[in-house]
Amino acid sequence: MFEMVKKLTVAFGVSGNEEEIREVIKSEIKDRVDEIIVDTLGNLIAVKKGSGKKIMAAAHMDEIGVMATYIDDKGYIRFSNIGWVSQFYALGQRVKFKNGVTGCIFYEEKLDEMKDLKLSRMYIDIGANSRTEAERKIRIGDTACFLGEAVQTGDMIISKALDDRSGCAVLVETIKTLPKTDNEIYFVFTVQEELGLRGAKTAAYGIMPDMAIAVDVTLTGDTPECKLMEVRCGGGPAIKIKDNSVICHPEIKRLLSDCAEKSNIPYQYEILESGGSDPGAIHITGGGIPSGAVSIPCRYVHSPIEAVNVEDLKNSVKLLTEALMR
Amino acid sequence: MDFGSVLKDLCSQTGVSGSEKELSVFISHLFEIFCDSVEIDPFFNVIGIKRGFGSSKKRILVMAHADEIGFLVKSIDDRGFIRFTNIGGMDSKILLAQEVVIHGRERLPGIIGAKPPHLLKPEETKKAVKLDELAIDTGMDAVQVKKLISIGDLITLKTVPLELQGGKFSSKALDNRSGVAVLLRTMENICSVKHENDVYFIANTQEEVGSRGAIIASYNALPDAAVVIDACHGDMPDAPKDEIFTLGKGPAVAIGPNLHRKMTNRLIETAKEGNIPYQTDVEPGDTGTDAWFTQVSRSGIPTVLISVPVRYMHTPVETVSLSDIKNAGRLVAEFVSLSTEELEGILCC
Amino acid sequence: MLLKKLTDLNGVSGNEDEVREFIKREVEGYADKIRVDSIGNLIAFKKGKASGLKVMLSAHMDEVGFMVTGYGENGTLKFHNVGGIDTRILPGKQVLVGGRRLPGVIGCKPVHMQNAEERKNNIKEKSLYIDIGTDKKEEAEKLAPLGEYVAFNSEYTEMGTDCIKAKALDDRVGCAILIEALKGRYGFDLYACFTVQEEVGLRGSEVAAYAVKPDMALIIEGTTCSDVPDVEKQEYSTLLGGGAALTIMDRTSYVDQRLVNHIYDLARDNNIKVQFKQTTSGGNDAGKIQRSGSGVRAASISVPCRYIHSPVSMMSMSDYESCKALTLLALNNLNK
Repeated sequence: MFEMVKKLTVAFGVSGNEEEIREVIKSEIKDRVDEIIVDTLGNLIAVKKGSGKKIMAAAHMDEIGVMATYIDDKGYIRFSNIGWVSQFYALGQRVKFKNGVTGCIFYEEKLDEMKDLKLSRMYIDIGANSRTEAERKIRIGDTACFLGEAVQTGDMIISKALDDRSGCAVLVETIKTLPKTDNEIYFVFTVQEELGLRGAKTAAYGIMPDMAIAVDVTLTGDTPECKLMEVRCGGGPAIKIKDNSVICHPEIKRLLSDCAEKSNIPYQYEILESGGSDPGAIHITGGGIPSGAVSIPCRYVHSPIEAVNVEDLKNSVKLLTEALMR
Repeated sequence: MDFGSVLKDLCSQTGVSGSEKELSVFISHLFEIFCDSVEIDPFFNVIGIKRGFGSSKKRILVMAHADEIGFLVKSIDDRGFIRFTNIGGMDSKILLAQEVVIHGRERLPGIIGAKPPHLLKPEETKKAVKLDELAIDTGMDAVQVKKLISIGDLITLKTVPLELQGGKFSSKALDNRSGVAVLLRTMENICSVKHENDVYFIANTQEEVGSRGAIIASYNALPDAAVVIDACHGDMPDAPKDEIFTLGKGPAVAIGPNLHRKMTNRLIETAKEGNIPYQTDVEPGDTGTDAWFTQVSRSGIPTVLISVPVRYMHTPVETVSLSDIKNAGRLVAEFVSLSTEELEGILCC
Repeated sequence: MLLKKLTDLNGVSGNEDEVREFIKREVEGYADKIRVDSIGNLIAFKKGKASGLKVMLSAHMDEVGFMVTGYGENGTLKFHNVGGIDTRILPGKQVLVGGRRLPGVIGCKPVHMQNAEERKNNIKEKSLYIDIGTDKKEEAEKLAPLGEYVAFNSEYTEMGTDCIKAKALDDRVGCAILIEALKGRYGFDLYACFTVQEEVGLRGSEVAAYAVKPDMALIIEGTTCSDVPDVEKQEYSTLLGGGAALTIMDRTSYVDQRLVNHIYDLARDNNIKVQFKQTTSGGNDAGKIQRSGSGVRAASISVPCRYIHSPVSMMSMSDYESCKALTLLALNNLNK
């Protein structure tokens, strides 16, 4: 599992620029599914045909990042965020542009109070000495992701983009190990989730499944002085009750908890008080699609040091597999 | 139909956004009294159809959301106190010393208390309490609580419905069970009329968390026109005068970009013709109701919005005038009884 | 159930008639003499098996509530708190107005209409109003004239592990225990005083103590119990389920230590759960009684109540039973 996560997280895939990660995933699964479609927005849809229920299983391929908006005379690059980027998590981080150029982020030192730190008071240094030199490497509109090589320590994997490459890894493993089933399953690796659940909306409209289960990360309540939340790393996959974009369908919740109980898979429940996820867009598509989610407990979400428990990932595969077979 | 007691029963039901299964069954039984067919969709929207008698009939949707605001169990501490999160918008100030019901393996009474006032620092006394500073006391210890209650269990406000002076009624969930009562009243009224068009009555779900039931229901219903019924702010002493509607002066008819102009004008004419009291609600943009979403469903649905004035919205003591609900029922009944020909004339742009 | 009947009655300070009439009927069969004094205290006398000692047992009949002070717009009522009420809890609560118990609600501007400042701050008492459904001032005036008394509307409910939620547990629990006590006969003359207006300044007890001139007094009360989340353990005051609470010191009295220790020992020797009240805030009738005349040896035995002075005060039945048992035990063992 770790090797798969490492492979998926290192690939570039800032929202709107998911080509590289899509190819990586495609190469992993192309021999295991009946059909592969790439739709208009760039969603990767892998179909395991069948005559039974039509189920959509989704995980988003995109990651947060930054976009170059201005190059100054000295070759420093001002930027804007793609998805929710915290100025505090971004400070002092390394970034890599799609074309391979690397840089680092720092802030205007004259700033008096750290609490006033904003992305607009920060810049990327790519080691260029002048605007001309910088312009040879980077153009306005180019996107960069954060760097954060995947490492395993104990049961935890620390890496950038575990949101939601860990979900993608769960989907890939599920595809590879799924036993025979009559259900027709659409494994969708969605795009632009971080910009507002956009890929999921169009993918769902195109497929119109009978039900949908997404796999994404969720926050935890197991670090020092953190906000109250019952989810913790190592507690097993979390069955989503609600987040800001969706109240999961009771039938899907019950399906997931039944599967977990029957197969002795450890699980917990997730209530997320802020933030949304792909089921938010999927469930109100067309005439309504009952949707739910298997969530991966993840610390430090939207930072380059996101951390998940590898056992939680393995159990998520087990849970998703069981649910897709019902 | 004993209108007053139906309204009381409706308000006493539990139907928090996202957990409307029981409520949908209750409402479907009421719909069955008047409708030709009733069904509940996978998202617990209740759809009752009254077929029209015309030949080339149109389909009119009359919709009122049935869900109410509430809470979910977020965490149980080691002394058995329960921390919770909200579903739908609620002013945390009014939750101090409020009774609730927790729907776990059993229905348990609970009390939301907070830090006693004499232990508050002076700044804390002035500042409003936040939701995450509140906890529910069940009078049980952690071991017992955990046997009966799990994370994600529903929590509703507990109130006793009150009949006030002047034909007024106070209870939780009048936003928008009074709208559901309008649906029932309308159904009852058109039973004795040979209306030409098909009328689809829908008690939809999840409005309080983003009109999700309405998005799904209107997509599936494929109506030619929609009448949305919701609640507007009633007259209260401390509220801005231009944003409130007087209880007892009739339902409010909305005017603005969200609403189909010709349809709205015809609605107002209908009120005048039938001597039905009404008030005018100017809405320059998003009406904050299901109407905002039905208007842009598929290739668009011409929509009008009628609201019942409700005082103290989103508190346990919401208050309405029963006459406003009855008059709204009259108005909608008259409107959906328009001929197909006339409706066509209004809808064509 | 006696406690249910007592808490259902409305008796805001200054308007305790309903409660007094009920208690009078309850104790008529047990007391030797009953009288009502000029301020409204009900004093029930039980002759002792021996004379000499005069003991006063005290509990107050009144509860916190409101009075109508004027009329607002649209037929609403303006009001003032009677007794100490945390104004933060008032918006969105139900009340009963006057002897006819007309239902009303304490209105509150919906959150949708509050600006950012308003959302962050609590509403002031003078901005609050009661809506009984009348549309015009004249109607409101007729149904709720100036000075009309208003009480919380709250149903007596059994909940949790042997707990009770009701309004006015402070101090109908005391009244209930006094009624029980009057059933016995003791080695001294007993004056069971059901006092008035404790909540507005310990008024009734001052008068009663002066008239009775007791040697010793036991005050039976409902007391603060703050063992709730976000309160530091040292500020709990009492624990729900921790037993009958004995006060050592509060704002109004430093009790008679020998008497209190004696009661404490009695409790321990007889397996009655007992605790000491751990904070020194608050006050009760003991304050006036102890300092009456040339002094009275006084002690308080209380039932811990969470959310006191609100419509949802909560107590544990076991604490109530402990308090009752301890009071009776103390009365039967006072000649030490």
